[in-house]
Amino acid sequence: MRLHGPLIACRECDLLQRPTALAGHMVARCSRCSGVLYQPLDDDLDRPLAYTLAATILFVLANAFPIVGLEVQGQTTVATLFGTARTLYDENMRALGVLVFFTTIVVPALQLGAMLYLLVPLHAGRVPTLLPGAVRMLQAIRPWGMTEVFILGLLVSLVKLGAMARVQPGVGLWSFGALLFAIAAAVASFDARVIWAKYRPAPGGIDEAGRRHASSTP
Amino acid sequence: MRPGDITAAGAGLLSCLTCGLLSQPASHEEDANACPRCGRRLHVRKPHSLLRSWTFLVAAMVLYLPANLLPIMDTESLIMGSHSDTIMSGIVLLWKSGSWGIAIIVFIASIMVPMLKMLAMLVILVAVHQGVSTHCHDLARLYRILEIIGRWSMLDVFVVAILVTLVQLQLLAAITPAKGALAFGAVVVLTMLSTMSFDPRLIWDSAEHARRRPHG
Ligand SMILES: [Zn+2]
Repeated sequence: MRLHGPLIACRECDLLQRPTALAGHMVARCSRCSGVLYQPLDDDLDRPLAYTLAATILFVLANAFPIVGLEVQGQTTVATLFGTARTLYDENMRALGVLVFFTTIVVPALQLGAMLYLLVPLHAGRVPTLLPGAVRMLQAIRPWGMTEVFILGLLVSLVKLGAMARVQPGVGLWSFGALLFAIAAAVASFDARVIWAKYRPAPGGIDEAGRRHASSTP
Repeated sequence: MRPGDITAAGAGLLSCLTCGLLSQPASHEEDANACPRCGRRLHVRKPHSLLRSWTFLVAAMVLYLPANLLPIMDTESLIMGSHSDTIMSGIVLLWKSGSWGIAIIVFIASIMVPMLKMLAMLVILVAVHQGVSTHCHDLARLYRILEIIGRWSMLDVFVVAILVTLVQLQLLAAITPAKGALAFGAVVVLTMLSTMSFDPRLIWDSAEHARRRPHG
């Protein structure tokens, strides 16, 4: 049996469907499981690049400055992002320390690094050599970035401490709060399909998701 | 047959989970195909999906008990003496001190979400084994929710990390992390791994299979 023309398989249920052109902000959903099939392609790389650059600056600030300080009877202790992971590690909770370090520092750093690595050359019209690997890594680590969960944890901690001491929000905290939105915006505006389309338009395969390529020969 | 009636697997095609490209398999060996565009190894379904998903789930369930029963941190205070907090006692403390909103948030993230996640994963896995035919949409939706909420259970791990860092001995009190926090962190990671290992396409495969099998 042969199926001709552009086709796309639903990621969530594997049903083959024919992509049609989308108008405006519409989203194409699977006719069987109603999972998202594809969104309109936005070829413009300005926005994701701007968000990623902003997020990178905020990430550096959030790591360079204390996030929060605690004052009790004139004595102040401060916590940096790295410091919280480090303390757990030193307190004989190595695995937990590594987990915190990984989810709040390593993953966001890798996300931002990979996005810059992809977006900066592509924006200038060049294709980075390790493009497939970088996109695959972004996909794999995405669930493990927990910046926003950490912020909520910070909020809970401050409420718990509020009774016994004065809490001073640090420069890192504001950067961290802003970082939350910048990362979310960068990740949301980053469409891997645009990257793939610029990389290689569907060689030897049947079709690019959501976009017709006349060149694809079954 | 038209598209919309048949799956990629049914049509003998492989779809790439990284770049979305559909391709004809170049080889009939299960492990030998790579995506012609991005180079990712292609499989009809995620390999050993059910086995891996079950393994992580069972491990998470076993650790859920110590995660909730053991203290997650010990507090030593010159004024208030020393005490140990489990996840639940921490929530009760928040509630009693009047921080109801925060108490509810922590309760949802730390107690309800992990428990519901494990239950939901259990339901999905059992349903796939038994051959669901009617509730595919609900199961698919359940799985989508699991993917989104999984990370939020890490909340208490971060709370312990922050409290331990901020409250040190020179401030009349010291907080140290305890074994329960480790078990709890492991539960969160294991449930996330269980969700990720599962291939949602199996829900629909199982329904298809049940539909074709004559009723007996
Ligand atoms: Zn579908």
